Order: sequence, then C-alpha cells, then structure tokens
Amino acid sequence: MSSETRTDGNFEAGLSGASQKVAVFEERKGGLKRLQEWLHMTPSAVPMIVLLVAVAVFGLLSPNFFKAITISTILQQIAIVGILGCAQSLVILTAGIDLSVGAIAVFSSVLMGQITFRYGVPAPASILLGLGLGTLMGAANGWLVARVKLPPFIVTLGTWQIILAANYIFSANETIRSSAIAENAPALQFWGNSIEPGGVKVLYAVFLLIALVAILAYVLRHTAWGRHVYAVGDDPDAAELAGVRTGRVLIQVYALAGLFCAVAGWVMIGRFGSVSPSASTGQMGNIQAITAVVIGGISLFGGRGSIVGMFFGAMIVGVFEMGLKMVGTDPQWTFFLIGLLIILAVAVDQWIRKASA
Amino acid sequence: MDQKGIGMTQEPILKARGLVKRYGKVTALDRCDFDLMPGEILAVIGDNGAGKSSLIKALSGAVQPDAGEITLEGRRAQFASPLDARAQGIECVYQTLAMSPALSIADNMFMGRELRKPGIMGRWFRQLDRPAMEQFARDKLSELGLMTIQNINQAVETLSGGQRQGVAVARAAAFGSKVVILDEPTAALGVKESRRVLELIKDVRARGIPIILISHNMPHVFEVADRIHIHRLGRRLCVIRPDEYSMSDAVAFMTGAKLPDGVEEAA
Repeated sequence: MSSETRTDGNFEAGLSGASQKVAVFEERKGGLKRLQEWLHMTPSAVPMIVLLVAVAVFGLLSPNFFKAITISTILQQIAIVGILGCAQSLVILTAGIDLSVGAIAVFSSVLMGQITFRYGVPAPASILLGLGLGTLMGAANGWLVARVKLPPFIVTLGTWQIILAANYIFSANETIRSSAIAENAPALQFWGNSIEPGGVKVLYAVFLLIALVAILAYVLRHTAWGRHVYAVGDDPDAAELAGVRTGRVLIQVYALAGLFCAVAGWVMIGRFGSVSPSASTGQMGNIQAITAVVIGGISLFGGRGSIVGMFFGAMIVGVFEMGLKMVGTDPQWTFFLIGLLIILAVAVDQWIRKASA
Repeated sequence: MDQKGIGMTQEPILKARGLVKRYGKVTALDRCDFDLMPGEILAVIGDNGAGKSSLIKALSGAVQPDAGEITLEGRRAQFASPLDARAQGIECVYQTLAMSPALSIADNMFMGRELRKPGIMGRWFRQLDRPAMEQFARDKLSELGLMTIQNINQAVETLSGGQRQGVAVARAAAFGSKVVILDEPTAALGVKESRRVLELIKDVRARGIPIILISHNMPHVFEVADRIHIHRLGRRLCVIRPDEYSMSDAVAFMTGAKLPDGVEEAA
C-alpha cells in the first residue's frame, strides 16, 4: 500500500538564495504616526495634556485661578468622584461597567450611620461592617458577571436599582444630622478633617484619594494580579488559555470596586457631615465616575488605560466646573464641554488603537 | 499495523484511553485513544470536525472529558484547567495563540506564572521582577533565533503574525518540560516563516521534549513527524509512519476514501 513517490518534494528549494529576513517592514514614521505610537505606550498622556491646557486657559481668563485655595477646592470636590472612579476604572479595565458604584457608596454610608445610631454599635466597628457589606455587594455583582455569565451592564443596572431601593427601605428615608454624628460618632466624619498649611484647607479625603490612586497604579502595573486584570479585559479567552483564572479575577475586581465604593461612602459622611439615603451620589455617582474614567483615557472596551489617567480625568471635570464658575459663564457650559470631551476622548482612544494595525 | 498504533516498545509519556466528550447532542470524542512516545514528534491529522481540537483541549486541560482516562508518565492525570496541565509540564500553543494583544511580549510570556522580586518587595508587596522576566524573554527569543525584536516591552499587537507565532512557540518551548502541543503552528505563516517554525520544532525535539503537532499541511507533517495519528469521526483511526505511506494515502484515510489494513470503519 505504501510508496508512491513522496510528493513533499523540493518546493522550498526556491528559498535558497532568498533573503533570510523575516517579515521586516518598511517604517515610514511621520510625526503623526510617532505621536500615535507614543500615546499607545502612555495612555494617560492625553488627559494630562488636556488638563494642562485647561489650567493654562483658565489661568489666563481668571487671575484668581492660580491660587492654592482654588486647587484645594477642586481636589475637595473631586475626592468622592475620584474614589468612585478608582472602582469604576478597575471594572472598566476588565471590559465591564459598574452602574451601581453610586448606589453602593450611598447604601454603605447609610449602613455605617444606621448601624451606629440605631443599633448602638461603636462607630469604628460599624465602619468596618459598612466596608465589609459594600465589598459583599460588589462581590455579588462579580459573581453574577463571572459565574452566571450575565453582561455587566445588565447586572449592575439591576443591582443599582436593588441597592438604592434597599437603601431607602432600610433607612426608612431618615437622615442622620451632622451635629448628632459630630457629637456621638466623630469617626464617621474622619475624612472631613483637614490640615491647613498656610491657611489653605486640605481635607484628609484628598490625601486618601491620592494614596488610593498611587496604590492602584502600583498594583496594576507591578503585580501579577494587575497584569491579569488587563489581560482579562483585553481578551478573556486568551487570558484563560494562558493560565489566568479569569472568573476569580473578575469577582475580585468587582468586590474590590465594592470596597472602594464603601470607602467613598465613608468619605461622603465626612464631606457632607450628615448621612442621607437620598444623597445625589446614588443617582449621579456612576455617571460622574464613568465620565472621569472615559475622559481619563481608559478604554471602555477593556485592557487599556491607566488609573492615573482616571485621576487626570476627574481633575479635568473639576477644573472645568471651577474655572467656568470663576469666569462667570452659565454653568450649563460645563456639561456642554464635558460632553464634547467624552466624545473626543473615545475618538482619540479609537485612533490610538489603530497604532497596532 | 494495528489500531493501537505502532512502535509501542516503550511506555508512552502521555496516554489516553477511551476519552469521551459530548457537546449537547454532538459527540466530539468517541472513546478515543491516544499515545505519545518520549522524544517523538507525533502529528495529529484529521478532517474538519473530526475532533482533533477536542482531543487537544482534553490533553491540555482546556476541556474536561466526560469519560476516559489520561496518564502522564504512567501516572493517572486529571487536568482541571490549562493551568493544571501546565503545572505538570504540558505546554500548548493554541491556534488563537492565547496572547493579550495590549500587553508586552515579556508580560505575555509570563502570563499566569509571573516572577516576583526576591525579598520584601516580592513577598509583601508582590512586586514583579521585571528585569529578570525581560532578560529571560529576550534570551528565549534570541536562542530560538526566530526573529529580531528590538523592544521586549513592545505590545504584542504591534508584531506581525509570524512574530506573534514565534513568541507563542518560544513561550511553550521555554516552559514545556514534558510535552509541547502545537495547534496549526504554520497555518497563518508564509513559506519562510513556516520554515523557521519547523526548524524550531526540530530544535525542541532535539532537547528531548516530545511534541504533538496538529496540522493540515501534509508536506510539513510528513517532513517533521515521526508518527502520524489519523483522527476520524471522534476517534483514532490508525497511526502510520510517514516513510511507509504517501501523503495521498494519509488524506484518503482521514477523509474515509480508503481504509488502512486491518481497520474496520466504526459504525
């Protein structure tokens, strides 16, 4: 049955004398191409440039803009959105989205307050409980996404409503007054404390935000877990085959996002003084956080961007709000411009992706 | 020649008996047997839908068979995940390459088995040992002489198809201590790049590591394989030696146009 002549023959004989180079490309690098490649390597550069330009423009338009007090006010205002943005960044890096961040933050703050005042638990213990419960809410999101395999948008759209409703039901829509908290449980308001070097007030919450961003930047860049978060967002199937336990990473990411939201809830008590189940963060928090993330250059398709970019994104929103207020325009211009920035940021993201093509 | 295969003078390093895998009503593996001898290149060929991929996935831990058993070096093995199979020395280069396009070459090579810095930074702060990882990745790539890559931190998506394939093969060759599985390694490559990959496959065998090669490319299969496992209808039809049969025989066997001696078509 064997031995026809083997036909593999010498079809590769033509290779002798051919060039031995493998897949060398002619590189034609114009300035624009180089810019694109540089942005591909350093995704937080775009928001940083936008931020610097915005600061420069507002500085020219309003002489009061370059004052330490302005910077500290802006930082104060972005503290909560920035922390929610940390949570949102993690989730979006895995190509997910978390619409429940604001709801988890508000419910956690209500839990901390009510556990202290209704059940008489010492404030530090109820804070720990609140952080733990927030983490659990996030983990529930993660479990639904990773194990039940539902789309993150649907899961968190559902839990957003559920958590916000639970928040109203549990609190019976009661607000805990600021003075009562200051008297009985000052630990709840810890992040509202400030230092005042040279008369400029800087909230502890601002330091917390900066610390969280720094820690996350380190974790995402310099630990295996951080690389896995990117890999899961980039191509989950490839990550799984390459040996990443994608389900576990997803649950951890959503749980950690829940923890960050609970921290934001704690910061809210310090910032606003009181504990209110109807705080606007519950409705607006997720949109603000997503805005910061998108303007910060993190790709909604996952796997690209940096947490530092998110911080710049939150700063940009703060600078616009503050700057336009100081210039004295209609505040609607803020939203007008931020809307433009969002679209621009995503357009730039798409363009940068083509660097690889 | 018999259905159990040929050249069974020594114990197979990787052996499977009676593997069954069903997807709903489709039976992808139907009591399939498999043997890989130490130090050989075993090609697996078969028509589309014959169940080659399911076999490879079962051997590399990507799917868990419904029935049957796998033994590695004579010991019963169960692979709950690719990570599990990898921990036991089986490396696989998937057709899709399983690389994260936005991450660097070094990151991709070490995905799932990253090196941590020694001492406090590694143990307590879990810091990656980037310099060591980059050095290792660079060494492996240049050792294989597969390509010239200037920057080991360049994102995989900026590489050409052949370069990506090279990185994936280098990853498997670098870490595969017992078995290396290659799924269609030359399918996306040009003639010259295919040649490099084939040389690479021989290099890996020369180091004593057995290789399972899945390919549709008959000249490549007949050039490098020591034995050829022909897969048909979810099971092993026969195993042939490339010097005893022609390519057209092999194609006839795998498409069912002809039956090898002593084998009756399964119903």
